Amino acid sequence: MRLKLLSGDDIGPRPLKVLLFSVLLALAATPFLLPGAKPINVAAQICIYTVLVASFDLLLGYTGIVSFAQTMFFGIGAYGVAMSVTAFGATWLALLGGTVLALLLSALLALVIGLFSLRVRALFYAMITLAVASAFQTLVSQMSELTGGEDGLSFSLPALLSPATTFFDGKVLGLAITGRILCFYLIALACLILFLMLLRIVNSPFGRVLKAIRENDFRAEALGYRTVLYRSLSNVVSALFATLAGAMLAVWLRYNGPDTSLSFDIMVSLLLMVVIGGMGTLYGALLGATVYVIAQSYLQDLMKLASDAAARTPHIGAVLATLVSPDRWLLWLGVLFVLSVYYFPDGIVGRFRKERARALSAR
Amino acid sequence: MPTSKVASRADHALAVAPVDWRPIMLVLVIAVIGLPLVHSPSTWVTLTVAGLAMGLIIFIAAAGLTLIFGLMDVLNFGHGVFVSLGAFVGFSVFGALSSLAQGHDLAQNLAVIAIAILAATLAAALLGWVFERVIIRPVYGAHLKQILITTGGLIIGEELIKVIWGPEQHAFQIPPALGGALIIGDAAIEKYRIFAVAIGLLIYALLWLSLNRTKIGLLVRAGVQDREMVASLGYRIDRLFIGVFVAGSALAGAGGVLWGLYQEVITPGLGARLNVLIFIVIIIGGLGSVGGSFVGALLVGLVANYAGFVAPKVALFSNILLMLLILMWRPRGLYPVARR
Repeated sequence: MRLKLLSGDDIGPRPLKVLLFSVLLALAATPFLLPGAKPINVAAQICIYTVLVASFDLLLGYTGIVSFAQTMFFGIGAYGVAMSVTAFGATWLALLGGTVLALLLSALLALVIGLFSLRVRALFYAMITLAVASAFQTLVSQMSELTGGEDGLSFSLPALLSPATTFFDGKVLGLAITGRILCFYLIALACLILFLMLLRIVNSPFGRVLKAIRENDFRAEALGYRTVLYRSLSNVVSALFATLAGAMLAVWLRYNGPDTSLSFDIMVSLLLMVVIGGMGTLYGALLGATVYVIAQSYLQDLMKLASDAAARTPHIGAVLATLVSPDRWLLWLGVLFVLSVYYFPDGIVGRFRKERARALSAR
Repeated sequence: MPTSKVASRADHALAVAPVDWRPIMLVLVIAVIGLPLVHSPSTWVTLTVAGLAMGLIIFIAAAGLTLIFGLMDVLNFGHGVFVSLGAFVGFSVFGALSSLAQGHDLAQNLAVIAIAILAATLAAALLGWVFERVIIRPVYGAHLKQILITTGGLIIGEELIKVIWGPEQHAFQIPPALGGALIIGDAAIEKYRIFAVAIGLLIYALLWLSLNRTKIGLLVRAGVQDREMVASLGYRIDRLFIGVFVAGSALAGAGGVLWGLYQEVITPGLGARLNVLIFIVIIIGGLGSVGGSFVGALLVGLVANYAGFVAPKVALFSNILLMLLILMWRPRGLYPVARR
């Protein structure tokens, strides 16, 4: 099945295709199947994180450079929308203007950082982005009159997207169609389009050069490709997509603060999502984001229950309770991350494809 | 006759490489530029001492990292864990010996700091050994995986510190005899900063001596220049590397105590934040060069303090700006290591 819409990028063996499309269907049907605020929230975050993870994969998996600034661009998008709507009111123009300004800022920053550090050595890139991102984080918390500091910014959206707006008098398939539902589907559609665009990019001649650079930058340079230029461009493209994902996150949450879009924790979970899904396989972004966001939304509650239950058991109860308490979430995330890089470096998509390749060669 | 003259000059060149003074002059130039920007000479003295103290502490933490990279091409993003661990172990030592740490006797105060540094060094060395075995050993030679794995190691280490000491910040007080400031003319110089400068210079001297005057130091320097050549001469470069890794971690632990006292407050994330400065320092110095990271650390310390006083908002980006300017001047750092 080589759909033109997928830019000719073969997903992989049939079970993987089934898995991928069932996730897509489930996401689309979530508002109807699982009523309530939480499931739709999880579904929207999965969509947004898929774009963010895919944009990061363009850099990490396809170009082979590690950036710690992806959440910075994500944050620029989110803050762009939040600050613009807070300042100019809940109009479409403010939403659009904030997003466009954020895109410009991201492109400029990504280009400058890229040209400076990639010109010297691709290895420097991880260190320099870490420095810039942490300085940016401090800057945001210091400019609290504009950014809301640690508290962040809450804002309202244009009336069309507000939960109070209803479009039909009755219910459709048992669900009242509100502005919130519309907002969800708009975001989901935008995410799908952005994902397909990224798929187009990695399967273009440009994407092939990126893969060549990842495999052997010296040889790519010898073939006449300006590696600095290609790496910087990939960096800019990746930053732009991350910015759009951030803008959508702010629109969806109607809130933005350092913990939702800028913190180092998000950077770590982003790394984890890319690795779980499979580096260098754009489809992995959807699976990685799905696994991670569901785990984050439901596992932490489970951990709390387990921790409370453990605290009541005698003897080892206290130790067990500390180990599974939700405060240890990041610890287990780190352990899981290290283990996946060691033992599961291909991720879900990569593993499926490898199994098929092995089956084919055995035949 | 002329040939022997040439030969003797060549011998001389082999024995002592000429020192490149320009980066060292740059430190002085920055200090001189700082004076008119700060206006008041007494404030300038205060800031300069603070900058030197900060720089030397960063150097202690950074020296190991640059050698680890130079020797084995290992880029350790988890280096900050050793700094955090050192700070918290030092904090616990201060708590356990509170009668010594809170008395006003200078000798007792110095003793407690010495014990804290020793304990932090041992703890960080032990953790470094485990870290090298468990985290880094399996990913030799793969940069991408190294960055990912060591970042994971940083998270795990930081979270474990939270498990043991709690997530909140602790006040880490300078012992009374080293607290307060000396007043020289109009300038107030905090005593602890002078102490930190002295300790920093002492550690630099020890490091310089062990790298330049011992057999092992010679092997380490040779390994940084050309790993394969050292290995082909029959030396076990991997064992040498473990030694350097453990020593570098231990230094970071000692730096953690000093940095914690310099900040007077410690959090589990302290090491990760210092790590950003450490990276800037070793990039400025030239990856693999200890002397370079020494000069780089002084530059970073001075610029951070001057900029923090003159324009606090810009100060956040001052170090990054400094790094960019230096990379424009010397793209591979102040003292590039020959092989790279």
